[in-house]
Amino acid sequence: MAEKITIHDPRGYPPKVTGKRLAPRLESLDGKVVFLVDCLFDNSEVFMEQVQLWFAENLPTVKIRNIKPRESWVDDPKMRATVEAEGDAAILGVGL
Amino acid sequence: MSLEESGVPTVAVHTDAFARLAQSVAYANGMPTTRQTYVPQPIVDKSPADLRAYVEGEDPISNRPFMQEVIEGLSHPLNDNDLNGMTFERMTPRLMDPNTEDNLQALFVENHWTDNLPIILPTEERVAAMLKGTSHSPDEIVGRLNPTAFREFWEFDVEKVAVNAVMAGAKPEYFPVILALAASGVSARSSSTNSFATISLVNGPIRNEIGMNDGIGVMGPYNHANSTIGRAHNLLSINLQGGSVPDDTYMGTLGNWYNYSSCFAEAEERSPWQPFHVQQGFKPTDSAVSVFFGGWYTQAGYGPRETWQEKMRRALAACEQNIAPIFVLDPIVARGFVELGFDTKEKLANWCSENALLPAREYWDDQWIQTLKYPLAVAGVEPFASRLKAKPDGLVSMYEPEDISIVVTGGETQGAWKMIAGEHRHGFTVSVDNWR
Repeated sequence: MAEKITIHDPRGYPPKVTGKRLAPRLESLDGKVVFLVDCLFDNSEVFMEQVQLWFAENLPTVKIRNIKPRESWVDDPKMRATVEAEGDAAILGVGL
Repeated sequence: MSLEESGVPTVAVHTDAFARLAQSVAYANGMPTTRQTYVPQPIVDKSPADLRAYVEGEDPISNRPFMQEVIEGLSHPLNDNDLNGMTFERMTPRLMDPNTEDNLQALFVENHWTDNLPIILPTEERVAAMLKGTSHSPDEIVGRLNPTAFREFWEFDVEKVAVNAVMAGAKPEYFPVILALAASGVSARSSSTNSFATISLVNGPIRNEIGMNDGIGVMGPYNHANSTIGRAHNLLSINLQGGSVPDDTYMGTLGNWYNYSSCFAEAEERSPWQPFHVQQGFKPTDSAVSVFFGGWYTQAGYGPRETWQEKMRRALAACEQNIAPIFVLDPIVARGFVELGFDTKEKLANWCSENALLPAREYWDDQWIQTLKYPLAVAGVEPFASRLKAKPDGLVSMYEPEDISIVVTGGETQGAWKMIAGEHRHGFTVSVDNWR
């Protein structure tokens, strides 16, 4: 029978996962301001335009506003503050 | 997720190829039930009509109408799982349960803890021997790594780096270089879809102390220190950042052979120019390691011959505009450039910058330039703003001189050079001496 040996675990130390609650959902999107957040991936602007058109044709009472961060993959506090202050909901895309 | 925490209900849209990744990131961020919706991959290069079909079609993960998923994600009441959140600790033991060598080798492969080649098992004796290669305490925190910007950082200490150095087959005398690589904070296993690798360059006295190769076969598997230091950087990146697992923590579409091992030394004694680390502010007597993020494209040539300018312009234009090259020259080539009047690396980098030209419409017609540089150009950030002002057929420079790194190495069996994707950012050159 082969000898058993003890060796080190090679993995690093992951951070503690702290649970975060989702925001309360809206009862209806009717009359609400929904931001379409373009995450700046190539062609995501065109995708968001199609989402905007879909709302205009299917749920015209939803007030759609388009917004973009200043830079890809970098938090934009100014943009976030605008969405928080003026928006009721947000659709983010298209992320990889 | 920040918007959710601020009370704004959100739905994130991804392409289906990234479903597992999106769910994994949500889990690690403590918001596992965040509303995610999916459209088919790809978005890039699709027409408005194609994308309209995505919007009107089904979510390929849930097989329900995409827009229905979006609307319900914003307006359906939360359930108990949503309200509970998810808080938990993830522990990594110091030692594994005893097992046979064969079983442990198999377990390491099964757990994606290797590069799928056999490893040296990190026994307590071997790790203790590796730790003798540094004066630092085993429990000293070295740094943090993550496979990509939107994933959480994992932390690691000197002993964990030693474990991975043993696995790579490195000797204790290489350990300060490996610790410096770990401390750089640059992963050798980026999760980028671009299949990046991280190439490392060693400068200073440590090269000769540990017998690194800067001669024949310098960029190949012909030297124990070069090979195992490069492998150690990859193995520690896998294990100390939380993994490099396809479809989860690794998304490179084609992969990259540089991910096995890519570490080399500069031939400082045979170079006519300043060593690379001295260009970064170190003294010639300092030892340092520099990392280059890329390893993607490679151009090659010889000379400089009579038509060197034409050849170099073609090679530079064939490089990707998003990642500047490391220009690696055999000493024969470097001396040839000195004879042409390039008596410093900076002069050659300036020439490369002035001659790395593309028509503006080609420069901007690139998915990563569109994603990463176009927003900066619109915001007025130079040099991108000026490049955006150019007429479509106007030539724009792809790189600033400081973007281009020049390194001299090789065995002088031929006057050969290579240009390899390799971005060197501020802080990417790290002291090895600090880790002795």
